[in-house]
Order: sequence, then C-alpha cells, then structure tokens
Amino acid sequence: MTAVHPERPWANGVEAVRILAPLGMLGYGYPLAHFEAGLARDPHLIAVDAGSTDGGPHKLGKGVGIVSEAATRRDLEPMLRAAVERGIPVVVGTAGGSGSRLHVEWARRIVAGILSDHGWAARVAVIDADVPPDRVVAALAEGDLRPLRAVPEADEATIRACPAIVAQMGVEPIVAALEQGADIVLCGRSYDPTMFAALPIMLGFPAGLAFHMGKILECGAQCAIPGAASDCMIGTLDHEGFVLEPLGPERRCTPTSVAAHTLYEKSDPARLPGPGGDLVLDQCRFEAVSDRAVRVTGSRFEPSDEYRVKLEGSAPEGYRAICIAGLRDPQMIARLDECLDAVRKATQEFGGFAGEAGFGLNFLCYGRDAVLGESEPLRDAVPHEVGVVIDAVGPTQTDADALCSLARSSLLHYHYTGRKATGGNLAFPFAPSDFQGGPVFRFALYHTMKVRDGLELFPIRWIGEEGKVGRAAE
Amino acid sequence: MGARLSDLAAVIRSKNAGPFEVTVDILFEDEAAFARARQSPALTPKAIADAYRMPEDRVLDILFYEPARAIKINLRRAASSGSTGDTDVYGAQHYAPLLDVQIDDA
Repeated sequence: MTAVHPERPWANGVEAVRILAPLGMLGYGYPLAHFEAGLARDPHLIAVDAGSTDGGPHKLGKGVGIVSEAATRRDLEPMLRAAVERGIPVVVGTAGGSGSRLHVEWARRIVAGILSDHGWAARVAVIDADVPPDRVVAALAEGDLRPLRAVPEADEATIRACPAIVAQMGVEPIVAALEQGADIVLCGRSYDPTMFAALPIMLGFPAGLAFHMGKILECGAQCAIPGAASDCMIGTLDHEGFVLEPLGPERRCTPTSVAAHTLYEKSDPARLPGPGGDLVLDQCRFEAVSDRAVRVTGSRFEPSDEYRVKLEGSAPEGYRAICIAGLRDPQMIARLDECLDAVRKATQEFGGFAGEAGFGLNFLCYGRDAVLGESEPLRDAVPHEVGVVIDAVGPTQTDADALCSLARSSLLHYHYTGRKATGGNLAFPFAPSDFQGGPVFRFALYHTMKVRDGLELFPIRWIGEEGKVGRAAE
Repeated sequence: MGARLSDLAAVIRSKNAGPFEVTVDILFEDEAAFARARQSPALTPKAIADAYRMPEDRVLDILFYEPARAIKINLRRAASSGSTGDTDVYGAQHYAPLLDVQIDDA
C-alpha cells in the first residue's frame, strides 16, 4: 500500500471518520454557511453524488445531464477549495449525471476550469465506468449477464444499439485513487453509497456501516425533518455504528426519519444488493443521541461468492414531437375516446404512420388519466377541462414532426357527434403549437454482470502534469 | 368503522426503485395504526392489484419494515422509466390509487 499523504486528515489514525455531505445532487445548490459549519467539524472526506437513473434513459443515451454547468461549478468550488487548502479529499460519484465517459469529461472540464481560474494545484483521479460492448456480449455468451427483476432479456443487437454502457463501481477503484494520494476523485457511474464508503473501508471500518451511512448521506439532508436534497449533513462513523446530524439548524434527524429514508428508492429495505455483496439491514437499530442526531447500529455487509456489478445501457427508440392543447367543450370531453380513436385512424389512413414499425402515437389526457393511465380509478369521471399532450414518435425527427402535425390538425377539426363548435376543437397555449423532443431512449440494459474483481472495469486516469492540475494544465 | 389509508398513514409516497419498478412506501406514526394496516385485507396482492386495475403478477412484493413502521409495495412498471408510453418518469405520483383504500378497525 502506498504511504499515506502526510497532511491527510487521517494520517495519524482515526477513532471515527467524519464525512461531510454538502448536498444530495451536485448542482442543486446548498447553503454555504452550513457547509462552513461542516468544515468546522474537521471532516476527513467530502463526498457528493452527481447522478442517477431517475431523470430517464436519455441522459445516458445522449450523454447529457439534468443540471447546468454554472450550477455544477458553483457547487463544486467550495468543495475544491477545501480539498486544496485543507487537504480534505473530495469524491464525486456518477459525474455529469450518468457517469459515462462523455459525462465524466464534462465534469472534468468544469473541475479543471475551477482549478485553473484560482491557480489551484490538485491531484485529480478520474475513474471511468464505461464497459466496451464486446465485454458485455462476451458475458452474454458465457451466461454471466443477468437481467434484474422485471427487466427484459437483452440480446447482442440490443447491447450494440446502446450508445454507452456503464457499470456501477464499488469502493475498490476509489480506495485505489485515495491510496495513491488523490485530492479529488471524479468517478464515472458509481453505486450511490461508494463515494462515502470508500474512505472508511480503506481505513478498516466495517463495510456494512460504511455503506449504510453512504446510502443515507448520498441524498443530502433528505433523511432529516424537514427533508431537503439541497442541504448539508455530517456523518460520523466508528467501529460499532454511525451518527447522522443535519448541519442546517432548522433540521433534525429522528430515528423514524432516518429509518424511513433507509427504505427510499429501494425495493427491499432489509437487503440492498450492491457491487460485490449485499447490505443487510434487518437487524438495524436507530436511536436518538440528541434531539437532532441519530445513531445507527447493526448494519452488515455480506460479500457475495462472485463479484457482480450492475450495468446500465440506453437504447434508442426513435424521435419525439409533442403538441400541447386544451379542451373545454363538454360535448367533446364526453366523447373524448371516440375523438382520439378517430384521429388515430386518420393518421393511419392519410399518413400511413401509426402502426407502422418505428412509429408510435399516444394521447396523454391531463385531467382524466394522463398520470396513472389504466391504473386511474377515476377514469370515468367527466372533467370540465382536459389538457391533451399529443405524443408522436417516429424513426426520424422529421417523421415524428409530420405525425404530430397530422394528429394535431385531425384532432383540431374532427367532427364528433353533436358538435356545435365548428371553429376548432383545441385551445393551443403556445404558437408554435408543436415541440421537438429529440431522440427517445429506453433502458435496455439493467443487468448484473460477473466480473473478475472490483477493479476490472474501472481504470484510473490521473489528470495534469505529475497528477497536478493547475494554471498550466488547461 | 374504517379509515382511509391516507388518514391513517403519516407518509404515502412512490418512487422508482430502478427504471423497471415503482416502490410505494406507507409509513405510520404509531404502532397501532401500523399493526392495523398490515393486517388489513385491503393490502393483499389481490386487493392492491384491484386498486391499481392491474394484473396481480405486477404486484411484486408487499414488505414490512418495523424500524420505520413501514409497508412497502413494489409494482412492475407498465413501461420502463422514460421509455415511450411511460407517464411518470420518476414514478413519483403512483401512490394515488392507495389514498382512498379503506382500512377496517382492528
């Protein structure tokens, strides 16, 4: 193991690891005063999550994020200052929104820009998480690729259709980067708790506690009351448990609020599968240590026999165009299904679109059942007003635009039974009425893949001369 | 006399658990309400499938987590998050059919 950087906050050994979580999603913003209050507690690490599958598959497919460059820069700057001036490492997980090479490079340029503007020098490790399609195809052939529950099987064509495939890294590559003296670790796709768990695991603290604390801290102050992704928390982990405390004085953690957050976005609160093993929480205890801090004990990590990572890949489904329109006529609203069926038929007869391969036409009827679709219990209630979104998908943007346009004009002028309003059926709030949605994707890979070990897929790049990025670097 | 689930629970929320499942969390302030709800015939797989007007095989789990006094219901999505035909990319509004479910007195 490489010698510990002499000025690292853990250089002389630690009884407990303190981790500052400035916020739950890089780019959402956080109060600087609360961040400063966190720095006053002498944290050993600052960690932040910068991505998720939540926003949809297009992020990974197109290589885009959901927060702006300006917001990312604003949020990163105080963290990088702490890394440079105080020697507190900063770990950013799932950089750029989805953690593919395009995302990581976007984030790397922002980091390099901040360092360069301030004349700061830092050792920056960039850990990529892209998986070559050939590697995934080979795993498919070997029987090493497994869909997660409710996920369709993938074939070779599906795998190769994905513009990018990423794997969720575990702690191993982050530990390697920290051991080699990284001031800043910019990670591609990461299992959410790993940017928090890597340092304590590296220092010999129990993995179960480290992962569980990371699972909660990666959402910022969402486990507090009132909850917020855009506020700071501090976590303190020892060998028997960990304590969570919000840094905003108006927030508090209670055993119930923290326990409730443990459930969040997970299908099984008692067992959370991750890279290399499961986080097991069935024996957890949540106890108040003050009126605003909670101690958690009993979290365990069970390593699995084979090391599996989760893959994510988005495959293109075509292009989208939409039109937004309002309906206020009670006669038409009462016969809405008839009208929509007729429009669907008209697009087939006149345009030769719907039903053809690569085309799709949906009508989202807000005020009736657009949110829940067939699960809507009140679908048969007749509203006084309905908002219709015409959702047209085609093999090219031009095709989608044409289908949307045809569906819009057909619905505008459709003569339903009993129609008295012959001027037009729709109120368009906007001119132009139609909008291009660009390429549409679906999650085609949401599988686990067997790998040699936790380092196999995640190479570390060191950025800047001799690992230092400063004014000279960019 | 019964009560609506939304009157009995402190939190009812839904969110994606990965892009192919929606997970619904129902959290209770007190043990009695939690115990009453978890025994209710209104929260069996069949009853939940009926509330959502979906086939029962889309109700993947009904789990209980004592530390949070929580009931968790996992549903298989009709369309994966953000794909064509999806209506709720984050799955954040898919708790609504449970609000009016009637829970009988213990």
